[in-house]
Amino acid sequence: MGTTNFLDWKIREAKRKKRKLFCVFLTCGFPDLAATERLILSAEQAGVDILELGFPFSDPLADGPTIQYASEQVLKRSLSIADAFALVRRVRRKGSRIPIVFFGYLNPVYAYGEKEFARDAREAGLDGLIVPDMPPEEELAFQKECRKNKLRLVYLVAPTTTDERAKGLVQRSQGFVYYVSLRGVTGVRSGIPKDLEERLKKLKRMTDKPVLVGFGVSAPGQARVIAEMSDGVIVGSAVIEHLKQGVGPAERFIEKMAKAVHGS
Amino acid sequence: MKKQPDAAGHFGPYGGRYVPETLMKACAELTCAYQKLRKEKKFRQEVRHYLETYAGRPTALYEARNLADHFGRGRIFLKREDLLHTGAHKINNTLAQGLLAKRLGKTRIVAETGAGQHGVAAATAACVFGLKCVVYMGAVDIERQALNVYKMKLLGAEVRPVYSGSQTLKDATNEAIRDWVTHVEDTHYLLGSVVGPHPYPMMVRDFQSVIGKEARAQVLQAVKKLPEYLLACVGGGSNSMGFFFDFLKDRKVRMIGVEAAGEGVASGHHAVTMMKGKPGILHGMKSYLLQDPNGQVQLAHSISAGLDYPSVGPEHSYLRDSGRVRYESATDREALRAFELLTRCEGIMPALEPAHALAYLPRLMSKTKKTDVVVVCLSGRGDKDMATVQKHLKA
Repeated sequence: MGTTNFLDWKIREAKRKKRKLFCVFLTCGFPDLAATERLILSAEQAGVDILELGFPFSDPLADGPTIQYASEQVLKRSLSIADAFALVRRVRRKGSRIPIVFFGYLNPVYAYGEKEFARDAREAGLDGLIVPDMPPEEELAFQKECRKNKLRLVYLVAPTTTDERAKGLVQRSQGFVYYVSLRGVTGVRSGIPKDLEERLKKLKRMTDKPVLVGFGVSAPGQARVIAEMSDGVIVGSAVIEHLKQGVGPAERFIEKMAKAVHGS
Repeated sequence: MKKQPDAAGHFGPYGGRYVPETLMKACAELTCAYQKLRKEKKFRQEVRHYLETYAGRPTALYEARNLADHFGRGRIFLKREDLLHTGAHKINNTLAQGLLAKRLGKTRIVAETGAGQHGVAAATAACVFGLKCVVYMGAVDIERQALNVYKMKLLGAEVRPVYSGSQTLKDATNEAIRDWVTHVEDTHYLLGSVVGPHPYPMMVRDFQSVIGKEARAQVLQAVKKLPEYLLACVGGGSNSMGFFFDFLKDRKVRMIGVEAAGEGVASGHHAVTMMKGKPGILHGMKSYLLQDPNGQVQLAHSISAGLDYPSVGPEHSYLRDSGRVRYESATDREALRAFELLTRCEGIMPALEPAHALAYLPRLMSKTKKTDVVVVCLSGRGDKDMATVQKHLKA
């Protein structure tokens, strides 16, 4: 493992086919590791382009009640980064070629050892990394390790980000750019922020990288509209909400959302 | 010693700004505004005006002769922050940040609180400056500190219970930050300690440094020399940082920060961040942090809610590593004994937080010379702790 970066490959393909990207966030281990594994394995079939594997943290600052809840449930039984890596290794062995991006707060990564993390993540078969509480100004040595290991570091751009700063962020972001569609934390919202289209246009002028929109995306109609304005959408809390009902309902929801995003 | 922090808020390897992108602009704006205001004469005068005419500064430096007699050697002085309006040093920071929020054009402040002391001080400042105030408080703490919750409500603040995580200060801080992320345009986050993302550790230190500035001048006047020792409690570390800061350049002044050892360091129920924690990232900063091997934050424990925090201000972490400040700890029991001792000797009931600093005196005074001068920061008064004390001590 570690030669092909599926994220690079997927993004090149999407560009060539002018296809929107549909990204699903899962809290690793919620409701259990078997469910996460099954969802990763069925994701490609369901039309998911990128998978964000959320690693639970005791203090998830950027997350709303849904993901907080899922994280708390997982941590009651404890979960290590090594467990998450083992899961990725398992799905790769079973032939999954879906791009998997690790989404986690910095402290668990820091405690694992940044250098070791970059090496082991790639080795396990992860393609990218999102650390919502690590701006590009901090942990420069770690960023270098990620580059060295070809672990793509994706940065977030927020509605409050100044144009000046956004230019730097999109330039440094690898793979794609994660646009946070609203001021606030993750969670299910209805409607579409008023300034979204304007902001996306501006961002698109700054970069060729795909710009994906996340935070608050929860319904097919809303996802379709956002996908038209952008290069794709990221859905997290809404998936977790369905997952509370069971893996089946979550899978059906994912399929529905994928169809909406891809316009089929 | 190089001036700390650097332009990006780093104290050596600690501090920094580890926040979600949505908050980067607010942190940058706040830093910029604060850098301008700290140099502005009018702002400084305004802060001083409120500190002097409203909060009750300067606070006294009292020589505790009976207490020194009890130990049989050395001289002990108490910096009386307990005499301030609302009962603790917290008001130094909330008045200054309240003024700053107004200057920034914000109409609303949010604050986190554990014991409710910072919440009350924040709600008080909001009253004075006509700001809307929302205080986040863990549901567990709300139950433990009912009186302060009532006070905050009387002051017109909205107290929002936090049910996530451990339902204490750490989670209240998360929730206050989440609120700030959501209402960043009209809201100032009035953080209560020298923690959080840059510029908070620096800014709160500056606002609290009035403690050390006054104490230094007062002790020089009283004994015509600098003290041999400074002693203060450390939770997040705002009273100690404000107390130590002006003395850092005085190489001969030895400083001791006392953390809460709870039921004992070996029990696992403690808040001894410096000794038992490892560097980590929480609440937007890198600092010593109580955590498990997987990097999940562990709960702190102390009889005093104000010291019940799993991390510590990044400047303290820096001072620990450099050796400039020594960090020790005192247990719940030692703190209660110190509470009793000061009450009996001097007629002063300390809050349980500074009781931890006082609890180190028996160990320190056995080593001091007769002429040695020790200054203890008495950061707050004990009124709020009466129910807790009642449970443990016979009258």
